[in-house]
Amino acid sequence: MYIKRSDGRGFDELRKIEAKVGVVKSANGSAMFRIGDTIAIAAVRGPRDLYPKFMQNPKSGILRCNYNMMSFSVDERIRPGPSRRSREISLVTENALLPAVDLEEFPNAVVDVFVEIVQADAGTRCAGICAASLALADAGIPMRDMVCAISAGKVGGKILVDLDKFEEDYEGGSTDMPVAFLPRRNEISLLQLDGGMKKDEIIKALELAKKSCEKILEVQRKALMEKYQHG
Amino acid sequence: MGLIVKEKEFVIPGDVIAEGIDYLPAQDVFRDGDKIIAGQIGIVHVDNRLIKLIPLTGAYKPKPGDVVIGQVVNIGFNGWSLDIGFSNLALLSVRDGSSDFIERKSDLSRYFDFDDFLITKISNVGKGNLIDLTMKGQGLMKLQDGIIIDVSPSKVPRIIGKQGSMITLLKELSGCKINVGQNGKVWISGEDFEKVIEAIRLIERESYLSGLTEKIEKLLGGK
Repeated sequence: MYIKRSDGRGFDELRKIEAKVGVVKSANGSAMFRIGDTIAIAAVRGPRDLYPKFMQNPKSGILRCNYNMMSFSVDERIRPGPSRRSREISLVTENALLPAVDLEEFPNAVVDVFVEIVQADAGTRCAGICAASLALADAGIPMRDMVCAISAGKVGGKILVDLDKFEEDYEGGSTDMPVAFLPRRNEISLLQLDGGMKKDEIIKALELAKKSCEKILEVQRKALMEKYQHG
Repeated sequence: MGLIVKEKEFVIPGDVIAEGIDYLPAQDVFRDGDKIIAGQIGIVHVDNRLIKLIPLTGAYKPKPGDVVIGQVVNIGFNGWSLDIGFSNLALLSVRDGSSDFIERKSDLSRYFDFDDFLITKISNVGKGNLIDLTMKGQGLMKLQDGIIIDVSPSKVPRIIGKQGSMITLLKELSGCKINVGQNGKVWISGEDFEKVIEAIRLIERESYLSGLTEKIEKLLGGK
C-alpha cells in the first residue's frame, strides 16, 4: 500500500508550479511552464499563410501542433526528431487545444504551436498543453477559454494527482490519466488512460484533477498578468 | 447579474465579464448563453451597454479605412499582391493602383515592382478575408527612401498619440518624415532616423507609463 508520497506531498497536492510568458522573443506568443522537474516551452507562430496549399481551409484557420522532447530531457539520450510517441502527443495536444481556440477569423491560415520539453519528469504532455495555452493567449489568438491540464491516477491503490516519474514507474502498480480541462466551460478536452481503474476511481480522480486545474488556472492568470499588467 | 469585473480591469480568455442581457458584446468579447466572455487578453472597456476589450497583444486585423504599409510580393494580370502583415495577401487592382491609363497586357512592374513598399489604404475587407487596397487618397505613395521598422500593432495607437500628438511631436523634434501604418510598420525617412527608432522603441517599452511625452522630448533634444 502506498501510504506516503516519495516527495512528502499530500495526495491532492501538486508539485511546485512556475509559469512565465514571453520567453521566445521572436515568436508571436510564447510561454514556459514548469511543474516540479518537468519544464515545457511553447511558442506560437502565426496566423500565417498555410502551405502546402491543399491543406488550406477556406472556412477557418487550422491549428498545427508539434511536440518534441529535447535529446537531453531524460536520463538516457533520446534520438532527436519525430517518433511514434511524439506524433501521438502532437495530435492529442492539438485536439486538447482546438475547442478553446476560435480560428474562423483566419481562413486559409495556420497557427503553429511548437512545444519543446526541456526537462522531463512525467506529465510532459500536460505541461506542454498548459504552456501552449499560455502561448496562444500571449499571441492574441481569439480564445473561448484557457486550457489547463494535469495528470491524475492511481499509485499503489491510492488515487492522487500529478504523478512524478517515480510514481509512474511504481512497482506496486501505477495508473496514469492525463486530463485537460476548459475551466469555464467545465469541459474535458483530453482524457487518456494508461493502466486500469474502476469507474468510481476514475470519477474520484477526475474530481481531483478538476480541483487542481483551478490552481493551475490561477498560476496561468498570474503569469499573463505579470507580462501585461505592469505595476 | 450585471457587470462582474470592473472597468479597466485585466482579463484573460474565458473570464466572465458580465451576466444577463443588459450588455452587448463588441470587440474581442463574445456571448455564451447569458454571459459575456473575454476572448483575449485585454483591458475591459464599458461604453454604455457595449462591452469591449482594449487588446494588449495580437496580430493585425484589417479594417476598411486603415492606412497600412505593404510590400509587393506578386504581380498579376490585373493588379499587385501585397504583404501587409496579415495571414492573407491584400490585392491592389490596376484600377485603384494608378490614375494613369494603363493599357491591357502592359508591364505592371513599371508602376510598382517586386519588393516595393507602398503606403496604401484598405478600401474593403470582404468575406474570406479578401482585402482590397487603394492608392487613391491623401499621402498614399510608393516609398523611395528611408527605412521601415516593425512594431507591435497593439502599440500603434500609443505611437500616434491622442489626435496624433505623439507622432507630430516626433516629426517636429526630429525633422524626419514618419508614417505609421496601422499594421505595425513604421516608415522613417530623414537624417535623424536612429533617434526616432530609439524613441519609438521607448514608446513601445513604456507605453503604459505616464510622462512619456517628456521623456521623448528629452531624448530628441527638445526643450
